[in-house]
Amino acid sequence: MSAVQHLTDLLAGRCEAAMLTAGEWEGVIGAARAEAMLAALAHRLEDAPLPGPVAALFCDERAAAAVATKQALWEAEMARRALASEHIEFVLLKGTAYAAAELSCAAGRQIGDLDILVPVHDIGRAENELLEAGWEWVKSDPYDDAYYREHMHELPPLIHKARDRMIDVHHTILPQTHRTTPDPLALVTDAVMTKSGFAVLSPADMACHSAAHLLADGDLQGGLRNLWDFHCLTRDFAASDPGFWGRLDARADKHGLRAVVHRAARLARDVFGAALPEGWDRRDPRDRWFKRRLLARDDWGRASNFALRQAFYIRSHWLRMPPRLLARHLWTKWRRRAAR
Amino acid sequence: MRHSTRITVGPVRFRIGSDWGAPIAALETLYAAYPEDPARPADATVRLFAARPWRRWLRPSVHIGGDFVVPDALPLPLSMGLLAAEMGMNLQVALGWRRHLLLHASAAAREGKSVLMSGISGSGKSTLAALLGESGWRLMGDEFTMIDPGSGDALAFPRAVSLKNEAIGEMAARVDAARLGPLLSGTPKGDIRHLIPRPEAVAAMHEPARPALLLFPRFGDAAAIERIGEGEAFVRLTEASTNYTALGEAGFGALTRLVRTVPAFGISYPDSAAGLALVEQLWAEAAS
Repeated sequence: MSAVQHLTDLLAGRCEAAMLTAGEWEGVIGAARAEAMLAALAHRLEDAPLPGPVAALFCDERAAAAVATKQALWEAEMARRALASEHIEFVLLKGTAYAAAELSCAAGRQIGDLDILVPVHDIGRAENELLEAGWEWVKSDPYDDAYYREHMHELPPLIHKARDRMIDVHHTILPQTHRTTPDPLALVTDAVMTKSGFAVLSPADMACHSAAHLLADGDLQGGLRNLWDFHCLTRDFAASDPGFWGRLDARADKHGLRAVVHRAARLARDVFGAALPEGWDRRDPRDRWFKRRLLARDDWGRASNFALRQAFYIRSHWLRMPPRLLARHLWTKWRRRAAR
Repeated sequence: MRHSTRITVGPVRFRIGSDWGAPIAALETLYAAYPEDPARPADATVRLFAARPWRRWLRPSVHIGGDFVVPDALPLPLSMGLLAAEMGMNLQVALGWRRHLLLHASAAAREGKSVLMSGISGSGKSTLAALLGESGWRLMGDEFTMIDPGSGDALAFPRAVSLKNEAIGEMAARVDAARLGPLLSGTPKGDIRHLIPRPEAVAAMHEPARPALLLFPRFGDAAAIERIGEGEAFVRLTEASTNYTALGEAGFGALTRLVRTVPAFGISYPDSAAGLALVEQLWAEAAS
């Protein structure tokens, strides 16, 4: 069995940690690191009997993840203070939101940038406030800058000059040029408050965003972690709200994400053994390509299956850009590379 | 990967894979006397690979990969495969290790206490540690020293010492030729030759040693000693640590304890004999 298969089996609880050999653990650790899931695995196996060195490594990972989570929440607090003077309200997204809401997928989840959602009419003011509070533009290239502003769903990334942390200020959750355009106003309007005082998306919207981020906004690189998010979110929300799947269906329809959310649910079933309700528990032959892409990782932690990865890379551009824009974009990028 | 080996250095167990046999064979020679523990899975993975399949034979160049990578790192020619492996191992520790506070410092121990030497490349910290390791001290490491946040103890990372340029001749005159690796000439860091630590140092690599002296050596000037205050030592060591920020409060606690309990000095020295004499002199004052 491959390392990534072992990894998903361990996460899903389909295999006993005690059964793995030293060589298999090496593969699992390498694959989990490559998928940014080692600390998540360490949390999942916190109570499992493990070989001593693996237990020690997992203990390190949990401690490091706790520090990283604290630092990510501090970054959210910094953004709150920067935007408070102008009364700009924002919604936390992705990793920081999961941590602020103390959701189970936050345990050991790597958090890269701070992602926030701001109503589109506040985006200019939010940018000014952040620039005044010490954030700076990362990209100085005029084409990239203009591209972000005209076509993307977020401002060009900003980095804080003292803390060296990035913030992505979104005004919606998919690029403006994407074939699917979710309703950002509904996302902000229905946001809910966490105990820690931050706004996060409502449960159904959070699951929609997680699915969109996994399947509609990229080439599925790092997708296993995103699928784990989706799996944990939907499992926990459904456990505390029996009507959750129905609500998710309706919400996905509203955002034009029905097919995306359903596919994410089926993949969570196929990869992590999620239990799906009636109406969701279907088969689609195309899912296997997605599953294969998610598991394209060898025992040394290297990305495998080059052709499939390329195909998904092309798909990501196809989804995000209309053909004319895509052609122009590739032409500009190619000319710049040739000039260099 | 086609060729692979496992090496344990201090608390870290590495898995090193390579598209070529030569770097793995060279590593296995260098680390032959290190303790073997086949039942222990590796903590960190290093990969030495060819960017394109034909580059395994045609002008072979070694790319350094692994759990953690530096985006724009330049590949090395196959003749420097051993250096690529060393850089790959260092990188995994520098960017991935979280159990201890990691200091870019060499260290040597005597009677359960240690001297830590932190400095930039060219400061002579590797050479001083190697020399101490041949004159009655236990070599703990020439590159990284790990501080246990719980106990404050220093832990050894005694990889094969990376001797550079003039230090090669200096050490070759003192040690058995069997303890020296192949000469790697004309690398981006100049000439490099590895020195296998003495068997006692390898055997004792899991034994912690309480820090007793902290030095910031500078090679080249006339012999001089300068007392360094707690605050300055603290700032210098945050810059010499690759995981201080990632460890958060634990890193801060470990570092403040270190600089508050251990006297720190800057030393300048014109040659190895003067450097060793300064270390012994300050050690006699600090460890007594």
